[in-house]
Amino acid sequence: MAEHSNSPVPSTETLVDIYRRMIRIERNDDTIRTAIRRGKLVMPYYSARGQEVIPSAISTLLTNDDTICTIYRGIHDMVAKGMPLRPLWAEIAGRVDGTCKGKGGPMHLTHPETGVMVTTGIVGSSMPIANGLAWAAQLDGSKRVSIAYFGDGASNIGAFHESLNLASLWKLPVVFVCQNNGFAEHTRYENGTSVDFISKRAIGYGMPGYTVDGNDPWAMYAAAHEAINRARDGEGPTLLECKTFRFLGHVLGDDDKYMTKEEKAAAIADDPLPKFRARLIAEGHATDEQLTKMGTDIQAEVDDAMAFGLASEYPSVDELRRDVFEKEIAA
Amino acid sequence: MSETVKMHAFQAINAALHEAMEADPKVLVFGEDIADREGGGVTGATIGLSTKFGDMRVKSTPISEQAIMGAAIGAALAGYKPVAEIMLMNFTTVCMDMIFNHAAKLRFMSGGQSTVPITIRTLTGAGWQTAGQHADHLEGWFAHAAGIKVVAPSNPAEYKGLLLSCIQDPDPCIIIESAGTLFIPGDVPVDQGPIPLGVARVVQEGTDVTIVSWSSMVVRSLQAIPILAEAGISVELVDLRTVSPWDRETVLASVAKTGRCVVVHEAVRSFGPGAEIAATVNEELFGQLKAPVRRLGAPYSPVPFAKVLEDAFLVSVDEIVAAVTEVAGKG
Repeated sequence: MAEHSNSPVPSTETLVDIYRRMIRIERNDDTIRTAIRRGKLVMPYYSARGQEVIPSAISTLLTNDDTICTIYRGIHDMVAKGMPLRPLWAEIAGRVDGTCKGKGGPMHLTHPETGVMVTTGIVGSSMPIANGLAWAAQLDGSKRVSIAYFGDGASNIGAFHESLNLASLWKLPVVFVCQNNGFAEHTRYENGTSVDFISKRAIGYGMPGYTVDGNDPWAMYAAAHEAINRARDGEGPTLLECKTFRFLGHVLGDDDKYMTKEEKAAAIADDPLPKFRARLIAEGHATDEQLTKMGTDIQAEVDDAMAFGLASEYPSVDELRRDVFEKEIAA
Repeated sequence: MSETVKMHAFQAINAALHEAMEADPKVLVFGEDIADREGGGVTGATIGLSTKFGDMRVKSTPISEQAIMGAAIGAALAGYKPVAEIMLMNFTTVCMDMIFNHAAKLRFMSGGQSTVPITIRTLTGAGWQTAGQHADHLEGWFAHAAGIKVVAPSNPAEYKGLLLSCIQDPDPCIIIESAGTLFIPGDVPVDQGPIPLGVARVVQEGTDVTIVSWSSMVVRSLQAIPILAEAGISVELVDLRTVSPWDRETVLASVAKTGRCVVVHEAVRSFGPGAEIAATVNEELFGQLKAPVRRLGAPYSPVPFAKVLEDAFLVSVDEIVAAVTEVAGKG
C-alpha cells in the first residue's frame, strides 16, 4: 500500500511520472485513431484526447490495490492506472489475448491486476459499483481507495445522486472524479446541467466538492492528493469536478457541429501536453532530450502492443458458451 | 427422516441467512429497513441479523435501489457474497441497469475475470390488493438476461435450501418470494442444507398429464390435483424451483412419460416463461405428444386492485382443473 504522500506539491519525479503517463495515453490514442482510419481496427471510439492530465495526476497517488471504475471514454484512465498495452490492444481488436478474451471490447476493458475493475458503457454506472468496492475496502480494514470516473453528463443521472448520498452516509473511501469536458454527448454543459459548477452538488450530500483545472497537473495533483488521503484516512468521499475539453468530439467521426470552430481551436491551442512539456523543461524538471526519448520509447511500446494485438487470434465461437456462468453452458 | 420444524417461509429465510452469515464472514446482508433498528425488514425475514452480526455486515440502506445493487456488485467484485434485498420485485425496475447490464454481464464481458456472486431477495405476487406496482411476477424478464439465475421456491424448506444455494453460488441469483407461498407453514428439516439450483422436483408422480409450475402456482396446482384425481386424471407435478436455467431433462422425461403438458405460472401469459417451456416440449417431443401443450398465466393486464379483479387475474384452481381435464381428453 502506498504511503501517504506528504506534500500536495508534486516532486520532480512525480511530475515526470505524470508526464510519462500523459504521453503514453496520447501516443496510444493517436495510434488507435490511425489504426481505425487504416481499417486495422473496427470499433466505436470515444477519444479522450485533451483529458490526459486528470487520470495521470490521480494515478501517481494510487497503487495496483486501489481500484477504478470507468466509462466508455476511459482508455486514458486505464492507461494512466497502468493497464498493460498488449492485452489492451488485443482486446480492442477483439482477439483472444485481450484482457477480456475479445468478449468485452473497448467499452468493457477490465484488468483487475492493475485495479481496472469495471468499464461501463452506461452513463453514470461507474459510481454505484465504485461504492461497493469502497465498502469492501472498509470491511477488509484496508486502506484501499476506490475511484469512480465519469463525465459531466453523468452528474444528471439518478445513479450519481444515489451514489453520493450512500457514500457520504457510509463514509466510504471513494473519490468521485467528474471529468467535465463541457459536453454531454452533443449537449453543451449549460443546456443540460442546472448548476454552474457540478462540485456544488457535493454540498447536498454532505461531502467536500472542488472544481479544479483538470488540465493543470499541479492543481490536479494537489486536489487528488487531498481527496485520496481523505479517503485513505477513513474520512469519507470527495467529489472532484475536473474541468477539461475533449478535442475529438463525442465519438470518432463526430463533426462537432454543436460547437464553434473558434472554441475548439482555442482549446486545442491550449493543449495541456505541449504546455506541460515546456514548463517541465523551463523549470528544470526534465530536459528536452529526456522527454523526446521518453516519447520515442513509448511509441515503440505502443507499436509493439498494436503488432501483438493485431497478430493475436480471434476467439473461438465456443466462447459464447463460456463465462455466461462459471460453469460452461452445454453445447 | 431427519427431525423437522414447522415454520413459515420468512422464518426459513431468516434461518438460512443466519446460517450463511455464521458459516462465511464474506456474506453481507443489506437493503431497505432490514436492520433491527428498522424492525428487521418489512416481512421480518432479516430479524436478528444486525444484532448478531453487527452493523458493518448487516446494513439498512437509503431508498436507493441503484446504489444498493451497485454496492452489492462492487463488494462482490472484491470477494464478498452480498445478499441484497430489493423490497419488492417491481422496484427492481429502477435498478435494472445494475442488474441487467452489470451483474448479469460482468463475468462474460470481462472474459471470466470478474465474478458477481450476489443474491437478490425480492418479494412479489398478487393476492394482497397491492395493485399495479407492487405485485408483478417478472421472472421472465430476468430469465431473458443471460448471466443471472432465477429462483422461485414454493415452500418453506425449499426457501431455505434454495436461498443457501443462491448465496453460495458463484453467479448472480435472484430469488423470488411470492405472496401465495408465504403463509403456508411447512416442515423444514432441522438440518436442511442447500438444494441445488437448476434442478426441478417431481412433487407428485402421475401418469396422464404433467403440470410444470413454480412458486405460487405450485400451491394452486396442489389444490387442483385431488379434484383431478377424483375425475380419474393422474397428474405428475413438476416444481421447476429454478426458472433459469431450467431443468429441461426432468420436464422432458416427465412429458415423455405422460404425453401431455400444462405449464402454470403467475406471470402474465403473453411472452411468459411458459412459452419457452411449451416451445421446448414441442421441439423435443412433438411426435410423442397426445395433445397440444397448454399454458396458464395471468391475462395481459397490469395487476389490478379490486378484489374481484385480482381474483380473476390470478390463475384459479378451477382454471387449472379445466385445462388439465381438457388436455387429458376428458373435457
